[in-house]
Amino acid sequence: MTSSCTLLWQTHPFLKQTAAVWSSCLSVQVICWRAAASIAWSVLLLPPTTAVFVLLSKFSLLQPIQTISECLSLISASSIFSFILLGGVIVMVGFLILEYYTVIPTIACSKIALLSQLLHPRQFINSIGHCLMGVIVGWCCAVTIGHRYKMLGRPCKISDGYSQMCLNEHHLIFLLAGAFVGFSHSLLGVIHNINYISFQIVQQHKYLRFKGSLPLVLKCSATQAFYSVRNYIVVYFFLGYIPKTWVCKTLNLQLEGSVHPLDSIAVLLDLSLLYHLWISATFLLFTWYITLLLFRIFVTEVYTFPVQSTFTEDSHQSLPKVLTDKQPMILKFLALQDLALLSQHSPSRRSEVFSLSQPGGHPHNWNAISGECLSLLAALTQRLAAYHETVATNGRAKSLSSGSERITSEPSSTEDPMSPRPVFLMKTPNIAFARSVGGSSQSPLTIPFTPDLDSPFASPALRRLIAPVEQCSPWHGTVQSPHIMRRAPKLWSTSTDLQVNGSPPPSPATVPGPKQEISKPSFLAQFLQNRKEQVKHFLAKRVLIMYLFNKLPEASSQALFADSQAHIWALEGLSYLVQASFTEDQFGVVQTTLPSILSSMLLLQEAVDRHFKLPHASSKPVRSTSSMEDSTYKTLRFALRATLKTAIYRITTTFGDHLNAVEMSAEHRKRLQQFLQYKE
Amino acid sequence: MFSCYLVLDSSSAKSDLAYENRERGFTMVKMCSLALFPPLSYGQITLCESNNELLSGTSSDEALKQDFIPPSLHFPRESLKLHSRPESSSKAAFLDHSETLWMRSAAAWRDGGLSGLLNEITTSHSEAPKWLSVTSGCILAVLRWVSSFHGSLFPHVTLSSEDMITEFSQVLNWPDCVVRAFSWHPHTDKFAVALLDDSIKIYNPKSAITPTLKHRLQRNVAAVQWKPLCASALAVACQNCLLVWHVDPCSLSTRPSSSCAQVLSHPGHSPVTSIAWSPSGSLLLSASPMDMSMMVWDVAAESCVPLHRVGGGGVTFLSWSPDGSHVLSSTPSPLFRVWETRTWTCERWPCIKGRCQSGCWSPDGSRLLFSVQGETVIYALTFTGTPGAPASGFRGPEAAVVVADLSETTFNTPDGDVTVGGEVQSLAWDPRGERLAVLFKGDPQAANKPAIVAVFKTRANPVFELLPCGFVQGEPGAEPRLMQFHPNFRHGALLTLCWSTGRITHVPFYFLSTSGSFVGLGGSPSLPRLQEKPADFSHQSLFTELIS
Repeated sequence: MTSSCTLLWQTHPFLKQTAAVWSSCLSVQVICWRAAASIAWSVLLLPPTTAVFVLLSKFSLLQPIQTISECLSLISASSIFSFILLGGVIVMVGFLILEYYTVIPTIACSKIALLSQLLHPRQFINSIGHCLMGVIVGWCCAVTIGHRYKMLGRPCKISDGYSQMCLNEHHLIFLLAGAFVGFSHSLLGVIHNINYISFQIVQQHKYLRFKGSLPLVLKCSATQAFYSVRNYIVVYFFLGYIPKTWVCKTLNLQLEGSVHPLDSIAVLLDLSLLYHLWISATFLLFTWYITLLLFRIFVTEVYTFPVQSTFTEDSHQSLPKVLTDKQPMILKFLALQDLALLSQHSPSRRSEVFSLSQPGGHPHNWNAISGECLSLLAALTQRLAAYHETVATNGRAKSLSSGSERITSEPSSTEDPMSPRPVFLMKTPNIAFARSVGGSSQSPLTIPFTPDLDSPFASPALRRLIAPVEQCSPWHGTVQSPHIMRRAPKLWSTSTDLQVNGSPPPSPATVPGPKQEISKPSFLAQFLQNRKEQVKHFLAKRVLIMYLFNKLPEASSQALFADSQAHIWALEGLSYLVQASFTEDQFGVVQTTLPSILSSMLLLQEAVDRHFKLPHASSKPVRSTSSMEDSTYKTLRFALRATLKTAIYRITTTFGDHLNAVEMSAEHRKRLQQFLQYKE
Repeated sequence: MFSCYLVLDSSSAKSDLAYENRERGFTMVKMCSLALFPPLSYGQITLCESNNELLSGTSSDEALKQDFIPPSLHFPRESLKLHSRPESSSKAAFLDHSETLWMRSAAAWRDGGLSGLLNEITTSHSEAPKWLSVTSGCILAVLRWVSSFHGSLFPHVTLSSEDMITEFSQVLNWPDCVVRAFSWHPHTDKFAVALLDDSIKIYNPKSAITPTLKHRLQRNVAAVQWKPLCASALAVACQNCLLVWHVDPCSLSTRPSSSCAQVLSHPGHSPVTSIAWSPSGSLLLSASPMDMSMMVWDVAAESCVPLHRVGGGGVTFLSWSPDGSHVLSSTPSPLFRVWETRTWTCERWPCIKGRCQSGCWSPDGSRLLFSVQGETVIYALTFTGTPGAPASGFRGPEAAVVVADLSETTFNTPDGDVTVGGEVQSLAWDPRGERLAVLFKGDPQAANKPAIVAVFKTRANPVFELLPCGFVQGEPGAEPRLMQFHPNFRHGALLTLCWSTGRITHVPFYFLSTSGSFVGLGGSPSLPRLQEKPADFSHQSLFTELIS
């Protein structure tokens, strides 16, 4: 484990920098140690997996004894070398997972966005890496199985009697199969968000979790290997001659005339070859999935942050500090998870949260924790309101473009969200909104609004102009790549960041500046606008374009709630702490924040209710059971809705009629009364 | 993982008690707890408990009518329209046998899986090639042999699903019950009733609307439970799946559509015989005697985490402690488990005689009472220490303690001798921890051994005590089938009973709570380590625990 950790330090550039700057960085301490441990365990699990693979690949029903003796004879220098190679592959896979994992999934809202994700350079490197490692594993498998698969070249006699080296196509097919399976694994990983790491609802021990998911991993790798091999056979049948001739040319090998080429139907139906391909692909996927599974299990394990640090040099590790930190995301998630658990299970740690600082007597811990949770909730409320606003704006833009000029400038709340509008105009919200909303500095009670479009200096004309530019462009997702997005803080971007990044600057040619816009709505701009609408209408009639740009149903909802696990924990943590404060809070620190907690929960409840009235928001996704894909993110919005309700009920049941003494607006009081009477 | 062993040899526990008793001059016969009960008043209906005694009358109308007691309900058996269920064995009659063997095999594979396919091939040996039918016949024989071996290990797996629900349900004589399941809402006065015709009705005293829930998959309901900290969600354990209904309390509809129900199912997890919501309302547990894993559901996300443990052959009954720290799960074998809910590790408790039939938790989650099939005693397990503290601070009990001996006792009544006691069907403890109701199985064959509900007074502080209260009797000829305490009755405890006649009645127990306010906010208070010591019988106390 130590060796792999030092290796990790040397190879990971990000780590090297961090380590140099800040040797006691928590992310190094927590995440990298966990990643190193998971990689070490997957390497340790390699020998038994390989043994089973060897046994299965050599197995013959008729001569069981011979099978065993063959297996034992494999222990030689070359096999040990290939075994070391396999270990290296596992370590590399582990590094790729560490580099690419995410706790907030990137959700493509249309087919074109998905395509752009697949073609992104960062993803391309990942695919190439997996491809190469697939080739290595393919080579190891071919060498291990031996027999006709062993070498790439073999001596053969060509018609004129010379002895020459010929290409062994059986070996080549293994190498290419490895490359294909590795490549398709990485592509499917993007489509299924395999790098997304979700947290468990129950905290089991690592070993039990591993044991529990082992059958699933086996099943997944076997089925996926089956489909991959099937696809590979088809591809090889049609395109197999290209790599074959290329290899022959570069390595100066001959194609054997006497032997049938493998891209013929008869040979491709060779059952033994198919079996060996399938078992090798299963082996490859199984080892990789095990690495992924172990990484998931290790990284999502509960980490206990101290609520109050005893020494000042450890203060950056304390829970309130980590909660308010922006980077890295995983640490924030771990801190929120720890908060949710401590508020539920440990009275002693709760008492630390409720405690006052020693000189001064301020509830710093509680203030930091509740402030962070409330700003998270407020950010989500704003994001939802802004999304709702956009949906309404899009409806209006449609009506404008279809002839009726300059109707309204204020967003009308009566606009029916169900009204038919071209899906084409709907925006891909995953990026734009995640960016444009937020600001931890803002008070949680500010009324949500879309800052860039509804700001007071923006005239209706400007709004009309910008809105299509920003919102109708399906390339928006491609410009700001999802991977860049992932690195950027989504929820905690400051408001200046919002001005710069939130709305792409309109091109100077069309929009000289807001001030001039107000004075005269440019004719040119309107002309361009009309042309654009025409082009759009023209394109909308083409089937392929429609297919690519059509918004996937409910994807925008999924994208809005992509990071809602954080909100769920914040809600749980807050509500459990408030519940416990009824009996445990000696100094009344929670009482001061109770009104703002209640009002932000009720505001969020309102926004969530409004969101679920939109089409597709409440439709359930199809569940896929036999896949390594973690589809938790697809149902996060339902989980958030349920948690929110439960959290409000938890507070109302605990405090009961005492809540009437809490200051709040009349509307909220009415809403709260509904909860007190169990009518929600 | 802990592995503790239960000193369940009841004879040794009894002999300890007997030893103490001999000193005091009692004999073993006097040890019987039920003998100390007030005598049965045959032909009378128990109305309520007031001033420490049970009042009874000749008809239920005599009850002190108070507006906080919900009215009793009656579901006559004749009024329920029972649908005829399609028999699975009659399927072959409707199959088109003119199809080719391959089509039929595909259908059999789809419907019956591997064994269905093999069966189809074996039975149609005239069409299939000989080697194929012979091979599949052999494989089928091997499969049957293996499954019979499995069946001899765990006899319950050979039962049909209805028989299995009957065997493991908390309801007495489940298939014959008009009311098959009952659940009070944890916060309000509404309740849900599952009836023989597979419908569920929701009664709310504050509204005139009684929504009726029906669903295609809602068959053979074994249990219903409302979600805590929620106004609308109701979980239903059905034969093939788990349904979670969302019944909007403000809706005026009397027939909520089946789109209001979430279907939660997992392959191999049927029939579901027991469900339990976590008291915090976040998780739902479900158990099936056919599935060795207990499912932890995140209902909103419709995802589940199986908690698999080898041994026991299934999970039959679940009970979550009111403070949320422990879960009791019993298996069809003489073995039950107590899970702690923080890291989901469990303690195994092997029993000697039979499986754990029923169990209930004290309000603070520190004490578990349970009964074992084939024995006529109630055992107690005491959990000390705060479960929230690190693992070292948490200590499980080392042995179970016999707290009540419920062997059969004969009472003389004007109508003849009546024998009361025996095996326990279910246990219920009221939310304040002051009354314990025990439903006895009785003997359906013998006329003078009726099923009956006995109620004990319990006290947790300063020492754990068990005192007799009385028997709850219904109309003549009616047997209690199911019972549940109201979760927040202000004037004491309210026991709701469902009778074999289809009547649902409520028996209030008026008393002033000694412990004051409810416990149940967050963690449980830490209790001093208690040690069992035999009872002091001077005040008719059946069981008292003394701090040593």
